[in-house]
Amino acid sequence: MSDSAKDVLLNPLLNNNPIALQILGICSALAVTTKLSTSLIMCLALTVVIAFSNFFISMIRHHIPANIRIIVQMTIIASLVIVVDQFLKAYAYELSKQLSVFVGLIITNCIVLGRAEAFAMKNGPVLSFVDGIGNGLGYSLILIVVGTVRELFGSGTLLGYTVMPLVTEGGWYDPMGLMLLPPSAFFIIGLFIWALRSWKKEQVEKPEYQIHQVHRTEVV
Amino acid sequence: MEAYLSLLLRAVFVENLALAFFLGMCTFLAISKKIETAIGLGIAVMIVQGITVPVNNVIFQYLLKDGALAWAGLPEVDLSFLGLISYIGVIAAIVQILEMTLDRFFPALYNALGVFLPLITVNCAILGGSLFMVERDYNLTESAVYGLGSGLGWALAITALAGIREKLKYSDVPDGLQGLGITFITVGLMSMGFMAFSGIQL
Repeated sequence: MSDSAKDVLLNPLLNNNPIALQILGICSALAVTTKLSTSLIMCLALTVVIAFSNFFISMIRHHIPANIRIIVQMTIIASLVIVVDQFLKAYAYELSKQLSVFVGLIITNCIVLGRAEAFAMKNGPVLSFVDGIGNGLGYSLILIVVGTVRELFGSGTLLGYTVMPLVTEGGWYDPMGLMLLPPSAFFIIGLFIWALRSWKKEQVEKPEYQIHQVHRTEVV
Repeated sequence: MEAYLSLLLRAVFVENLALAFFLGMCTFLAISKKIETAIGLGIAVMIVQGITVPVNNVIFQYLLKDGALAWAGLPEVDLSFLGLISYIGVIAAIVQILEMTLDRFFPALYNALGVFLPLITVNCAILGGSLFMVERDYNLTESAVYGLGSGLGWALAITALAGIREKLKYSDVPDGLQGLGITFITVGLMSMGFMAFSGIQL
């Protein structure tokens, strides 16, 4: 694998994570992270959609008229999502019921359209496919972290297997109910961003308003 | 009548699209730095939502639902798998029309919204509203009420967040949390606040 392809694949994981740095695609993601199994299915579905949409859009990029490109891109993405949705309904019906409307919402996931616009319209099909997989993995990373934390601390299980036996079932772990509720996902992502940015300092945002420190020499 | 009122209040507060279902998060976080733009965007979302949900409802009831084509003499056709692509088409068209109207009559608002107006097309709150409408099987009036209510709820949430962020920029935030990080935590706290409504039985 050449260097550029490797960069394209690995950069979105930590250096340019679509969720933590570009604020893209958080929308549908968080509601499915109460359990690890649904998070994994969601990651898989999104990675497939983004990789293939990048691939197909890149293939026809010279034939798309600029002023109707969004509609063309949406059509391709929507068709891919329909395929994934029907596939899940056929082979994993229980999980697709739990995901409810959120598979459909992959269409409006900003990462997919964002990558189509920013990368696939300018690069060749193979590189775009790799970029799609890389961004899918960057998204999956956050989803899996959030899903693991929420399932482990919220219900003491991982993928449905008991890790920490609950008090109600004779164990020792008293579950944190908050982890199963929406706000916890925001807190976990906020803390994740904090951790990531403490490690990679260049991602820190400049404060908009600087408190002016008055030095003693300045006081007249 | 009371049923519609309770549906409206539930859509605005209890089932707030942004804070309970995480929908429309990208724009929600990106455009909430100033109250004026937040209000403008909130109104735009409310209008688009109020139009698209009932329109998609009509399309679902008379074209896509199982047996919906009976009026055309095709009672056995089930086109519901085409749902996603039709809803997003309708949304994209309505956003395009709204964009042209704003450009013509309200250029200030059009410039303020900038790139985020076309992005309403990919705002999950809009498509999410239509998908919830299908999942819950609303009729036309209910879907109009639900569309307006959920749009209003989203507008309310983004305006409130913008208000908090305008004050927040004067506070001393740890470096790594600056910007996006602290915004997530703030939204989490707001979401907890809105959860207090969920105990209300209407």
